[in-house]
Amino acid sequence: MKIKIDRTMCDGFGKCAEHAPTVFSLDEWGYASLAASPDVPDELEPAVRRALLDCPVDAIVERQA
Amino acid sequence: MPAPVTGAHPAVRPRLILDGPGREGRADYERRGGYRPGLDGQDLVTAVTEAELRGRGGAAFPLGVKLGAVAGRAGEHVVVANGEEGEPASVKDRWLLRTRPHLVIDGALRAASAVAADTVYVYVSDPAAARSVRAALAELGGLPAGVEVWEAEPGYVAGEETAAVNAINGRPAKPSDKPPRPFEEGVRGLPTLVSNVETLANLPGIATGADPGTGTFLMTLGGACAQPGLYEVPFGITLGEAAESLGGLGGAPRGYLMGGYFAGLLNGRRGHGLPLDYDVMAAEGSGLGCGSVTVLGPADCPAGVAAQLLAYFARENSGQCGSCFNGTAAMAGVAAALAQGFAGDPEIERLHSWCQSLPGRGACGTLDGAVNIARTLLREFPADVDAHLRGRCARCAGTDFAALTVPFAAAPDAITPDLVNTEEAVL
Repeated sequence: MKIKIDRTMCDGFGKCAEHAPTVFSLDEWGYASLAASPDVPDELEPAVRRALLDCPVDAIVERQA
Repeated sequence: MPAPVTGAHPAVRPRLILDGPGREGRADYERRGGYRPGLDGQDLVTAVTEAELRGRGGAAFPLGVKLGAVAGRAGEHVVVANGEEGEPASVKDRWLLRTRPHLVIDGALRAASAVAADTVYVYVSDPAAARSVRAALAELGGLPAGVEVWEAEPGYVAGEETAAVNAINGRPAKPSDKPPRPFEEGVRGLPTLVSNVETLANLPGIATGADPGTGTFLMTLGGACAQPGLYEVPFGITLGEAAESLGGLGGAPRGYLMGGYFAGLLNGRRGHGLPLDYDVMAAEGSGLGCGSVTVLGPADCPAGVAAQLLAYFARENSGQCGSCFNGTAAMAGVAAALAQGFAGDPEIERLHSWCQSLPGRGACGTLDGAVNIARTLLREFPADVDAHLRGRCARCAGTDFAALTVPFAAAPDAITPDLVNTEEAVL
């Protein structure tokens, strides 16, 4: 699974970092960026998928691998 | 301050700067070798790669790689000649478009041939530049690609490559997060080459073999120097030599502001000896960026300058990414407090911490540019920072950091007037 965060969409809800704290990093105001590679390791895919579905503003996008 | 001039470093045989005044028409340009047949298509991509031409808009990305990335994709392609010079301290793109529109059009047409594009947009916000390019297009007929002038609202972020694409696609001229980059998905969703107009101005010489060298660039020199202006300068000479030979400094500079507002500050002593080289400057934690150099003189306090620049970033960012609109405002607040003598060690610690945590957290480079100002204030001027922690600074005391200032803004009208309107007035 390959993802991106659209930082122009992120409103700082922080749901992503609750589900997958090693994949999403929040700044001190709660806005997310990717903490690591856009290529999600298989074992983290379920958590990242929940983050993607839970993001209230759909800022997490799955990309073609 | 004396009126700005155009000129060239004594060691340079100018390719971009003209020796006479006025706007170059089609006949003048053709007399100088313009629009002659030359390499095209893949041969031109190869020649540009071998010439190691790097982008002059600020990122110094190799143009050969960019051309190849667009050319290698299926279907229709588009070229955007980016002349939206959002950097307030830079004037070169507006000068080129106002004075040498045919050089830019010739370069853009050759880029279109290299990537097999049949549409070219000349993307500008300066009305005089738009008139100049339209007048030049009216002198031409039967072009191999459709060329259209696209006027945008001016803004610091409006010249960013995805902002240019968004504007032409009918959206606000604000950046998008990447990927996709324009070479993947640009104007009308098509693979798009977005290239700075000075970069494109190097293509005719490479294509015709008349001037394969790419060893000079346009430097907007401003601030506390004896003769501000726009100069063609060779890569590799030191910053100090460039500043001294181009009209003189009139005393040891306190520092330099590099690459428009983007590449941060250098203290005078260190900056003096650094070569004008993309890679060396980057390795030294600075940059050439768009090629502008602003000299800070004895009357300029680095902390006050940084506070004004950070206030600009806090005001002019596109308000899209939370890390950017919060981070620039926070850094601007601390920098203003420091300049006014109200900051203490905890504030400086926070500034250090933001310089570590914020880079790369925006969709475009605006946040990184602001971080560069904060980071280089701390790194290049530790004694000044320290002095502001211990007491009031006489120079900063008279500065209104809340004022909507655009420090060291270049004055395009002083360097080159709106020549099309002047010509019409004569007619």
